[in-house]
Amino acid sequence: MAEITATQDAGTEMEVALTVNGEARRVRVEPRKTLADTLREDLGLTGTHLGCEHGVCGACTVLLDGAAVRACLVFAVQAEGAEVTTIEGLAADADSLTAVQRAFREHHGLQCGFCTPGFVLSVTAFLRDNPAPGEEEIRDGLSGNLCRCTGYQGIIRAVKAAAEEMGRR
Amino acid sequence: MKPAPFGYHAPADVAEATALLSELGDDAKVLAGGQSLVPMMALRLARPEQVVDVNRVAGLGGVRRENGTLVVGATTRHVALERDPVVAAAVPLLARAAPYIGHFQIRNRGTLGGSLAHADAAAELPAVARALDAEFELAGPDGTRRVAAAAFFRTLFTTALEPDELLVAVRFPIWRPRSGFAVAEVARRHGDFALAGAVCGVQVDAGRISRVAIGLIGMGSVPLRAEAVERSLTGSEAAALDLDDVGAQAVAGTDPPSDVHAGTHYRAKVGAALVARALSTALKEADHG
Ligand SMILES: Cc1cc2nc3c(=O)[nH]c(=O)nc-3n(C[C@H](O)[C@H](O)[C@H](O)COP(=O)(O)OP(=O)(O)OC[C@H]3O[C@@H](n4cnc5c(N)ncnc54)[C@H](O)[C@@H]3O)c2cc1C
Ligand code: FES
Ligand code: FES
Repeated sequence: MAEITATQDAGTEMEVALTVNGEARRVRVEPRKTLADTLREDLGLTGTHLGCEHGVCGACTVLLDGAAVRACLVFAVQAEGAEVTTIEGLAADADSLTAVQRAFREHHGLQCGFCTPGFVLSVTAFLRDNPAPGEEEIRDGLSGNLCRCTGYQGIIRAVKAAAEEMGRR
Repeated sequence: MKPAPFGYHAPADVAEATALLSELGDDAKVLAGGQSLVPMMALRLARPEQVVDVNRVAGLGGVRRENGTLVVGATTRHVALERDPVVAAAVPLLARAAPYIGHFQIRNRGTLGGSLAHADAAAELPAVARALDAEFELAGPDGTRRVAAAAFFRTLFTTALEPDELLVAVRFPIWRPRSGFAVAEVARRHGDFALAGAVCGVQVDAGRISRVAIGLIGMGSVPLRAEAVERSLTGSEAAALDLDDVGAQAVAGTDPPSDVHAGTHYRAKVGAALVARALSTALKEADHG
């Protein structure tokens, strides 16, 4: 795959082509720009939040080729050719919510909402891979996202409810 | 943008990667999963002027069996160690240690090679590699060389890797079926680095221990192996062991670090208990035939 070989000097911008929420996008960014900053600043997708910017809090979680990852620990230039899903791309349209989003609303899975996009992306990937998780598995699956408001109990109830609803369908 | 500016390179094969590393010299850093390097760059604890991203290097990921070993490519991600049935069957200790690493989002990106090259003595995979006596394959501009785990880990965050070398694969010996393996660790919160931990492998024949490996997590500046204890256990009767005593001997002579989370004495006590726990679990799993 010689065509993706890239070499660039410090400070110079690079062109990156990627798919975001199903749409082909192109950006010009410095290599040091993270995927999270690029989504927010170059693509206007401010639903991806930044808390710590060094991998601890999970607020910046997005799906990169389907896998939940910290968008603050991936450089945008690394996402060349990749498919990215952000919180803006989960529901079918602006008026609907996914089962996970509905469950967070119904079960007090959020208060200020700062951590919520990261939790929703993490839980979406987690339930896809573990459709019928037990209590311990849920707590384990949530351990990579921090929330300073809810005390987590509402979030755990939301994950259980979403798993049940998705299991019925 | 928090990291300092850097030039970015995404080589397509090992030869191109090592050529780049030798050309760029000390200013260059390899980027694998980015789960340790990028946080350090964000905090400007690391300021590489050049970054060589190995995620697109052909043939650097994946596992295969070869002559009684499991060859694991450097960019094999933690999630693959956790889920790949080939890994679970050949080197169960790798598959069982992987879930202790951070959170699933970290394991989706982090790589075996990155964890070993980073060489945090409190990390799980270096302890597994050391306990099982894995062999490291390093590629440089003049070809490849192999280094044993004992010689790979030099001191705190320091390995035998030269700046122009790439870790390409790690060979783990495959133990016979009916062996027992276990991991035990204590962390302040789920997904945190361990305060202390132990990884064990054991084989039992006619009631006597015929092979045993004990690795210690977070008990020194490098991942440690309790070799004296392994020697004294070999040949002894499995059922007659005083596991608490074995644990105490395994940590005797270690000098674990002291920090705000735990002092040296506490780490040693917990380490001893975890060796006993891991060995007890591994012995239960091993077929005593
Ligand atoms: C929130 C959080 C929690 C974590 N918890 C844990 C934990 O509990 N246990 C644990 O073990 N780890 C933990 N980690 C770290 C994680 O395991 C990393 O994946 C790992 O330490 C580094 O692997 P990487 O592939 O991300 O490497 P990178 O971050 O890309 O690189 C790390 C270092 O290795 C070098 N390097 C990488 N690949 C190669 C190669 N092939 N050849 C030569 N040099 C190379 C790089 O130059 C760099 O110096 C955690 C990380 C985070 C963000
Ligand atoms: S902003 Fe990425 S983990 Fe906190
Ligand atoms: S709802 Fe405020 S941080 Fe989680």
